[in-house]
Amino acid sequence: MDRRILINLKIDGKDIAARAGQTILDVARENDIYIPTLCYLAGTTKAGACRVCLVEVEGARSLVASCCMPVSPGMVVKTNTEKVRAAQKMIVELLWSSGDHNCLTCEQNGNCELQNLIYWLKIDKPRFAIEAPRYNQENTNIMIQRDLNKCVLCGRCIRACNEIQVNEVLDFSLRGSHAKVGPAFDEDYINSACVFCGECLQVCPTGAITYTQGKFAGRPWEMEKVRTTCAYCGVGCQMDLFVKDGKIIKVAGNSDYGKPNEGSLCVKGRFGMDFIAHPDRLTKPLIRRAKGEELQEASWDEAYSFIAEKLAAIKSASGADSIAGLSSARCTNEENYLFQKFIRAVIGTNNVDHCARL
Amino acid sequence: MTNSIEEFEFTDLILATGTNTTENHPIIGMKIKRAVRQHGTKLIVIDPREIDLVKYADIWLRQKPGTDVAVFNGLMNVIISEGLYAKVYVAERTENFEALKNTVEKYTPEYVEKISGVPAEDLQRAARLYAKAKRANIAYAMGLTQHISGTDNVKTMANLAMLCGNIGIEGGGVNPLRGQNNVQGACDMGGLPNVFPAYQQVANEEARKKFETAWKATLSPKPGLTLMEIMQAAGSGAIKALYIMGENPLVSDPDLHHVRAELQKLDLMIVQDIFLTETAQMADVVLPSASFAEKDGTFTNTERRVQRIRKAVPAPGQAKADWEIISELASRMGYPMEYSSAQQIFEEITSLTPSYGGITYRRIEREGLQWPCPTSDHRGTKFLHKDRFTRGRGLFHAVEYIPPAENTCEEYPFILSTGRVLYHYHTGTMTRRAKGPAQRYPECLVEINPFDGAKLGISDGQAVKLKSRRGMVEAKAKLTTKSAAGTVFMNFHFAEAAVNQLTNPALDPIGKIPEYKVCAVKLEKA
Ligand code: SF4
Ligand code: SF4
Ligand code: SF4
Repeated sequence: MDRRILINLKIDGKDIAARAGQTILDVARENDIYIPTLCYLAGTTKAGACRVCLVEVEGARSLVASCCMPVSPGMVVKTNTEKVRAAQKMIVELLWSSGDHNCLTCEQNGNCELQNLIYWLKIDKPRFAIEAPRYNQENTNIMIQRDLNKCVLCGRCIRACNEIQVNEVLDFSLRGSHAKVGPAFDEDYINSACVFCGECLQVCPTGAITYTQGKFAGRPWEMEKVRTTCAYCGVGCQMDLFVKDGKIIKVAGNSDYGKPNEGSLCVKGRFGMDFIAHPDRLTKPLIRRAKGEELQEASWDEAYSFIAEKLAAIKSASGADSIAGLSSARCTNEENYLFQKFIRAVIGTNNVDHCARL
Repeated sequence: MTNSIEEFEFTDLILATGTNTTENHPIIGMKIKRAVRQHGTKLIVIDPREIDLVKYADIWLRQKPGTDVAVFNGLMNVIISEGLYAKVYVAERTENFEALKNTVEKYTPEYVEKISGVPAEDLQRAARLYAKAKRANIAYAMGLTQHISGTDNVKTMANLAMLCGNIGIEGGGVNPLRGQNNVQGACDMGGLPNVFPAYQQVANEEARKKFETAWKATLSPKPGLTLMEIMQAAGSGAIKALYIMGENPLVSDPDLHHVRAELQKLDLMIVQDIFLTETAQMADVVLPSASFAEKDGTFTNTERRVQRIRKAVPAPGQAKADWEIISELASRMGYPMEYSSAQQIFEEITSLTPSYGGITYRRIEREGLQWPCPTSDHRGTKFLHKDRFTRGRGLFHAVEYIPPAENTCEEYPFILSTGRVLYHYHTGTMTRRAKGPAQRYPECLVEINPFDGAKLGISDGQAVKLKSRRGMVEAKAKLTTKSAAGTVFMNFHFAEAAVNQLTNPALDPIGKIPEYKVCAVKLEKA
């Protein structure tokens, strides 16, 4: 299909030019027309499963799923008719009543796409009796918690695992009314081939997959988000640290600008940051005042003087080339720059290297 | 990397060698897997271990550890003898082709099979597949460099890429995947004994003058010692004081017994770190530093992209950012360094580092820029060597295969390679203190082929002893076909089972990288 061909259509009375191959949903989003979605996940195949994105298309016999329907010339689309809203309400009420959506203690409260959708559709209560499955919560690993009683079977986790991370762990394990998502043989994550990238967690629209360590650690609106770069491997993933009271509660991939990770992370970036608040962290300078003695706490002042005196003495007795420094592939550019400047300009030697080769 | 991370997903062929990328750089692994599954990209894996990527590969060449040069020469032998190389590119953009041709002539598939164990037919298939791809990307990591022939390995690989016209094009290139977050930046910033920032030679008078003027100091023209040389000089007494910022050589360096003895001889050892690492425990002064989440600054990733880190939480107790510590120390030593922020240091860097010249904190607030980015209107560089190589024409290096420094013998019949696993990082100081990864991978495992396990009566999970000419460690056995028969693999994340007690400090003469990927060991039940 030639994507340069322009297609003219109307959405909610607005004349719009679209490119061939775009779906109604794509075009609506580009033009700031809101169509709710649930199972839609950018970058993966279109499921058309939840049908929350229904719209009315003139001439069509029934409502159509806008995420799957390509635009065609002369199309007239309506996103906000009574018929559309009634259908959306029906779908959402069914989802609501078939799960245990107890927002009171849910970690996704305030950040849940189902909750937002219910609010947006102005539904007070579902018209059906709540009949939630009684799945056990999965608590067997300390990274990802699963409570499938809150699962709306949108399949986003499955597509994220298979199509974004290509880890090929998740699938629907049963079909029909007993459908359930998870690793093969309905195993817990910890007993499966799961590599704990947490992509499924990041894309889940509800509280079905959440951060184990985030539980009761902070509500979404209490946390400040700080964007930074992962400190592990050389990919340099862009990530958000969620901070409350000076503590990092959880880590998520940042996809605001894309490169280099488009919002994905691996297990180290997402679940490897506990070390920052670990009680083993060094908090005071330590000095071994004489060889053979133990290291003892000292003030910064004492530590600086100790080092400055000894370095000066060694330099004058044995020359600058008797001193060396190892800088670090973990530290920032600014610090590496300053370190080699210190060794070269202050000490006066080029004996500076780092462990990059190891 | 010559090219960019995003290009892994959009190319015709990827040749991954000496890189277990799905564990060590999982996001790059992810892109390679997407390329194969979703975009029809072909994948060739050349690796002694049956790594995860093998599942996705069209062809897997399992060479004996340390025989990479022979394999690459073999690939080129096939490509040249079958006339599949990029003739115009070779004629217009390279030199020394004749020498290359002469050298690789004897590396016939049959000869290479004898050296490497790679079936001649597979080698031929791989050569044809690589040569016929329009754009082919080579990815490699420590599996290629941590050999005494590491520099040769990289050169032969570059030969192969040039031979098929794959350098200087989008989706192509020779791409070293950096294992540590800021290896690229540490090198760019002159954390090397022979160069100032941006690889300006200390021995070059003009470069030295420039830095002398900027820094208002007299600088030494004599290139300094490399890491391994520093360690040796500490042992001999020539180095008396060592200042270590954020490194843990007592777990990461080869032949640890020796390293400990060498460091003990120092008059003064200063270690600046976030934990009391094995190395810090030996120090005379330990300075507590801030972690990446507690300070501002920049890291440069493996695709040369300069990106921000931002202070999110306060540092614990009296810990300080490394830059603050260095500045204060310099001032105490009579050389005032007065910086009020990391940004101010960055501005000094860009004024002296041409490849970073156009980068500012403002410009990288949203998205990082890839160097070279010399001016404020330059948009950064996605891939290098577009129309010409840095030196003009690309030079073929004719390289002969040399065997690894240590061979197996009756006493030490197994080849040991070392590396990392998905859940841990380097010497484990960070990931082992993270609950999730520690739960998933709590102890050190030695990967042994089930065939060898059966022969020695070793079962899965059993404690085993590994001995080399230099030392001994104990760990649990994991029987897996990931290791070929006759080889074992062990990670270096666990100080209590420090595999570097065993490893051979034999160095690549140019790269000065120790041969972590090959040493001879003996294996027995503990
Ligand atoms: S954590 Fe990653 S690998 Fe595991 S199930 Fe989720 S997406 Fe798949
Ligand atoms: S677990 Fe979450 S993402 Fe997966 S199907 Fe259920 S609701 Fe959707
Ligand atoms: S999240 Fe994983 S892949 Fe990304 S930079 Fe961190 S360690 Fe590397």
